[in-house]
Formats: sequence, structure tokens, C-alpha cells
Amino acid sequence: MQLLRSIGQIIVRPTAAVAVALLVGGILLIFAGYSPLTAYGVMWKGAFGSMNNIAETLLKSTPLILIGSGLAVAFRSGIWNIGAEGQLYAGAVAATLAGIIFTGLPAFILVPVVLVAGALSGALWGGLAGFLKVRFGASEIVTTIMLNFLAIIATSFLVTGPMIEEVGKFPQTAQIAEAAHLPRILVPTRLHVGFLLSLGVAAVTYLLLFKSSRGYALRTVGISPDAARYAGINVGRGLLAAMAISGGAAGLAGAVEVSGLTFRLYQGISPGYGFDGIAVALLANNNPIGVIFTGILFGALRSGSEVMQMNAQVPSVLVSVIQGVVLLSAAAFGVFKITITNKQNEE
Amino acid sequence: MSETIIKLENMVKTFSGTVANRGVSLEIRKGEIHCLLGENGAGKTVLMSIVYGLYQPDSGRIIYRGEPIVLRSPKDAIKRGIGMVHQHFMLVPTLTVSENIILGQYPPWKILRQMDKVETRIEKLSREFGLKIDPKAPVHRLSVGEQQRVEILKALYQGVDLLILDEPTAVLTPQESAALLHFLKEMAGRGLTVIFITHKLEEVMQVSDRVTVLRDGRKVETVDTAEVNPRKLANLMVGREVLLEQPPKTGAEGEEVLSVKDLSIDDERGLPAVKGVSFSVKSGEIVGIAGVSGNGQSELALGLTGLASIASGEFRLCGKIANDLTPRELSHLGLAHVPEDRHKMGVVLPFSIAENFILHDFDSPPFAKNGFLRTGTITAHANEMVGRYDVRLSGVEQQIAQLSGGNQQKVVIARELHRNPRLLLVNEPTRGIDIGATEFVRRQIAAQRDTGSAVLLISSDLEELFALSDRLLIFYEGRIVGETPARKELIEEIGLLMAGKSMETNSVTK
Repeated sequence: MQLLRSIGQIIVRPTAAVAVALLVGGILLIFAGYSPLTAYGVMWKGAFGSMNNIAETLLKSTPLILIGSGLAVAFRSGIWNIGAEGQLYAGAVAATLAGIIFTGLPAFILVPVVLVAGALSGALWGGLAGFLKVRFGASEIVTTIMLNFLAIIATSFLVTGPMIEEVGKFPQTAQIAEAAHLPRILVPTRLHVGFLLSLGVAAVTYLLLFKSSRGYALRTVGISPDAARYAGINVGRGLLAAMAISGGAAGLAGAVEVSGLTFRLYQGISPGYGFDGIAVALLANNNPIGVIFTGILFGALRSGSEVMQMNAQVPSVLVSVIQGVVLLSAAAFGVFKITITNKQNEE
Repeated sequence: MSETIIKLENMVKTFSGTVANRGVSLEIRKGEIHCLLGENGAGKTVLMSIVYGLYQPDSGRIIYRGEPIVLRSPKDAIKRGIGMVHQHFMLVPTLTVSENIILGQYPPWKILRQMDKVETRIEKLSREFGLKIDPKAPVHRLSVGEQQRVEILKALYQGVDLLILDEPTAVLTPQESAALLHFLKEMAGRGLTVIFITHKLEEVMQVSDRVTVLRDGRKVETVDTAEVNPRKLANLMVGREVLLEQPPKTGAEGEEVLSVKDLSIDDERGLPAVKGVSFSVKSGEIVGIAGVSGNGQSELALGLTGLASIASGEFRLCGKIANDLTPRELSHLGLAHVPEDRHKMGVVLPFSIAENFILHDFDSPPFAKNGFLRTGTITAHANEMVGRYDVRLSGVEQQIAQLSGGNQQKVVIARELHRNPRLLLVNEPTRGIDIGATEFVRRQIAAQRDTGSAVLLISSDLEELFALSDRLLIFYEGRIVGETPARKELIEEIGLLMAGKSMETNSVTK
């Protein structure tokens, strides 16, 4: 019974939420004068119709899974990191720098260096908000949003000025060294090893949260800081760690984008992965294993919508609507139950 | 016999699978004080919330003044003259007494014009009933007892003639309680009907004409209070013999385990809450701290357990100065702590029962190895503990939030006593739990004392202090204002001390 119920919590409700969202989206399509069946058919094909489409879907899922796993840790620890977007940029900047500066290194050293640089930079960017929270009680929701602006604008500054490519024509950096590129895993598609890395990060964060002593401490902090202090847990250190871990995962996502896909840094390198990542984590009830599935779902919606726009002339904005309705109906189906009660207990 | 004012027939109420009322029938007579007695979860509050229109029954009828009625909301109930004062007051602290009383009764544009009239009427009402309330005083300046009077006044102002009170004395000092009971008797004499929800036997005996005992959502019996005694009522409530009084200590006291000298502790806002107290607790004795809650007891408990910092003075645990030790270091020195607020601190509600058992030991052997939790050991430990401490559950993987308060508290007690502490600090160990669990918890605390632990018991329930302690310290405004043996005959003096009335001597001896 208990098991059945938890399966229901994990699978049935999110699925139902997606179904409702597709239904609502379908009605909107009819009103806008499109055939929902055609549009969804094109969308499905766009997401999963060929090897290449599947690869593109997984490519878009990769940063979402990385960010979602990290945010699952933050949200379970009771700290509301809204700054994954900024942390992604911080990671992308550091990874690009590493990829441009250390050109002489062989791939088996340079790739890890680039990834670690991205993760560290994101962890510091996130950890800064954590520090402000623990030291001065500044709301992490406010500071992380501010730090988003700061990171995004700083990136714009860097790629139009100090880090602009030698040729100087476009607001973008030079290419990173070839040795810094992530190996492809499904030639001829663009899918790279970063996807496997994201699965690994999801698994590790899952083990950390639910199977380790530190995870127990973090979850206790997230549910009830009073109980955590009573248990002898250092609440401030927990919050700082959660913030650094989630920032690190987002920074890693930025590094993976640069070293796996774009090979250089430019403005708007992320189409909002950091914000979608919040939805990905919440929809998975802050369980990193669930994040793999919700991450692929959101990745599929993204890649499918691009094809839908091209082939059925349906504006891809519609997919934002569907994503929004997925979240709303997920809330209605009680997927976020645990998260919400956690929040109440905090007060 | 006087006429029936309200009659409940076969009330049934279910909440998503849990049955709160399984067909309760009840008759209340006009002008009587009728106690509704039962353990937590017996269905008292739910039943009365139906009468007040807060819940709709699944089936059953309410017959009020001879005709069946349907109450869709509290507004309906008030219109018909049924009022309820909840356990938690529903007052706006920043508004005045009058403003609170008329809140929601008039449309906003009428309130200002009516205010003078309203205040006169409230003043008249409060004089008439001897409630002594200034209608212009802001509510946050009033004491808890006065706030309760405002709630009652509000009901009277609305013209209520059936008044339901949900555990009204839980927050009052003995004197305030006595005043309330006296007032209710007088009101009943004037024709007001009172339904009084409680689980305190003494109050039932003092105040009620008749009492209905509920157990497990069913009515056990309605009896005339004159024909029963507390023991009989307790048995009806639990359905078996209960023994709440614990035998006093048998062994001799040993060495000093906790010694406190000139200790001062500030509260959360930085205001002094404990102001230079000194006392000691020896092994093999239970020292009770009596006082109306909010007089520094909570801060004392937090300070002694490393959860609040010490402003000045010192305390020693097992001879070692412990002012600056962390909760964990104190626990290694032999301190166990049953916190006041079970839900906020004692347990982690969304965690499983098994997870709750390792709250202090989640990162040390045998429950953790190389940083990973050892699920098998944790489950086995939990299974052993719930067996030994008689926790009623369906499995240790269940969320602890699903257990009753009594069973949650048993988990806390089991976890803390299992460490076999030198000093056991228990704060409100039986608040909000049923009488069966209360008996069990008290027996465990007394047994721990008998094995040689020193026990510091903080409680706002005098009955509990008498039932368990060997001696009492009385707290008032952060100071110890008296020390007495824990004997029931001294209740008058203790009550006075708790209310801050200084006595000729500060210490009552034999």
C-alpha cells in the first residue's frame, strides 16, 4: 500500500499533470486555428522522431538534469536558490577562460580542468548568496535573483569587451581549445558525454540526499531548522553547503554547454535553463532520480517545439504555455505536497 | 428536569479515511454546564465544530430548540445563538477590544459611526458579567486570561445562548482558571448553556452538571457529575484502569549532576528571560519547575541544552562548566532533552519513524558507516525501540506525522531515554497527548529517576508536577520565587507564587 502510494506520487501524478497540460494546450491550439493533433504529432516527431531528434532532446535535457539535481539538494535543504541561471553563466565564463588559457594541455587533463573550473565558479557564485543568508540573514530568493542579473550582464560585458574574439566582429569569445571539447557519444549527432555526466550527477546527488549522513542532515535542516539544531547539526553550514552544491551543478551545466556544444561564450548562451531547472526539480518532487525524467520531458518540449514552429508554423511560445500549465496542474495534483509542507514547517 | 436545548442524533464525520465521530448522540439541557471529556483524538472538538457550523456532518441530525437545523457556517450558528471559543484565540492583536468584538459584524462603512455605541454596550456587558475589560485597550496589551475574556465577551455580544469552550483552561494559571470556572457557573445560573471541552478530570468535577465521555469517536456514557469521581471518569475515558500518580523516589539522592549558579538567559528578542537563577539537581531525584508558561522556563530549557546562549552566570553538568558547549557536546556529557515543542523540535514530521530514532546519531556508528546511512541497522533499531516502548504504528517506515501525538512522544522519550542520560531534561512531556500515553510517559520518567538519573521536569500542568516531582521550584518572571515539596496540599501557595504574589517567606517548608 505504502509502496503503491509512493509509486503514485512519483509517476502517476506528474504524468496526469502533463496530460492535462497537453489538453489545455490543445484547446489553445484550436482557438488559434491550428490542428492540435498535427501540431502535437510534429512536436513528438521533433522530439523523438529520429536518432538526431532524440539526440537534440537529450542535449537540451543535459543542463536541465544537471541544474535540477543541484536544485533538488537546495530545495530539500530549505534554501530557495532561484539563481541557477546566473550560476550557469558564472560556470560558463570560468570554463571558457580555462579552455582558452590552457591550450597546451592534453584532452584528458584539459576537459576535467574546464569542467571543474565551471563547477567551482558556479559553487562560489551560489555560495556567495548562501554566505549572505547565513551571515546577514539576507533572503536568498532576493540575492540569487540579483546575482542572476549580475552574472548575465557581466557575461555581456566580457564578450563585448575584454574577452571578445581577436577578429572582433561578433560579441563572442574565441573558440576554446579543441582538447577541451567533450567527446561525442552518438556520432553523427551532436550528443556528447555531458549527457552521461548529468546522469552521473543525478545519481550522486540522489545518494547524497537520501543515503548519506550528510544528506540526512541537509534534509533535517530543510524541514525543521529547530530540530536540526536540537540534533546538533550546524544549520548555517548546511545551508552554505546546499547553496554551493546547487551552484556547482549549475556551473557545471554552463561548462558542459561551452565544452560540449557552443565551444565559445556569447550573450544568451542559456535560453533560460536555470529557470526551467527550478520547474524540473519541483516537478520531480526534488528527487534527483525523478529529475532525470522531468529533465528529459522539458528537454523534449523544448526541442519538439522548435521543430513544431518550423514545420507546423505554430509559435514555439505555445510550449512555454504548456510548461506553465504542467506546473500549475502538477501543483493541483499535489505533486509538490512534500515541498509545500516543508515550507510551512519552516515558519 | 429542564428542557433540552440541543440534541445531536447519530453524528458521523470522516476525514479522508479517518473516522472522527462514529455516530454520537447527545442531549444538552438548557442552562447546564456540560463537559465533553475525552482523550485527544476522541472526537470532542470535531463534534463541537459541527455544532458551530465549521464542519458538515457526513450523516446525523442536529435538533435545536425542537427543530432540525442545518448549519452551513459559523455565521449560521451565531445567528441561532451558538458561539464557540477556540483553543487558539482568533483575535487581532493590534486592534482594540471593541474593534475585535465587532470585527466582521458590521459592514466597514458602518463601523466608525457605530463605535461609540458599541463601546458603551461592551462596557455595560463587561460590567454586568464582572469581566473587567477596558473596551479601548489594544488586545496585545492584555494577558492571556483577559484575551480569553474578550473572546467570551465577543460571543455574549453576539447574543449567544449556547457557548462552546474548547479546552479553555489550557493556557491559564490556576487562579485564572478558578475565576473562569466561577464565571461560567454564574453565567449558567442566568440561563446560558455551556459546553466545556476538556481532558482535565479535576475541572469536570468542579464545574459541570453533567459530563459526556467520548472515546475513539463514540460516546461512552453521559453521567451526572455528582455521581462520579475522577477515577471513574479516567477509566471511562481510557477504557481501563489508569494510574497517573507515580510513586515518589525510593532510593537516596546521589551526587549533584546539574548545578546552576546565577544563570541569566535572554530570549529570542534579546530581552532577559531568565534572571539569575541558582539551583541544583541531584541524581535520583526529579526536580519540577512550576510556573505559568512564558515566565522563562522555555529559555531555561534552551539555555541548559545549548540551544540558547548564556548571558551571565554558569551551569555545570557532571562538574564541568557547560555554558559554551554545543548541543552535541552536552549530549556526550550525558544530557538528554525532551523538548517542549514536539512538532517543531522533537521530531521531524515528514521523516519516517526509523529516521526519527537516529536524530542525534545519524552520523555515528552503528547507524552510519563511511558517511552512508546503514538502513538495515536503522530499521532494526527502530523495530526494537517501538516494541519496547509500545509505540502503536503500522511500520517503522511510516511517516511519523501519521502517528498520534502520544505515540510521537513515545518515540521521543524512547530515543532520549535509550541514551541512558545522567541528566534528563523534560519539558512539557505530556502536553497534548492522551491519558494512556501520559501514564506511560510518566512511568518511564520515574523509572529513569530510579535508575539514578537526575531529572529536571518543566511543566505548566500542576497535576503533572505533583504526580512526578520530588520537589518544586516556582518560576515567576524569570526568577525562582519559591521552593516547595511537591505536595498537593500546597496548591494554594504555589498558585499564588506562580501568579507573582509574594509571600511572607519565600520558601515554604513542611
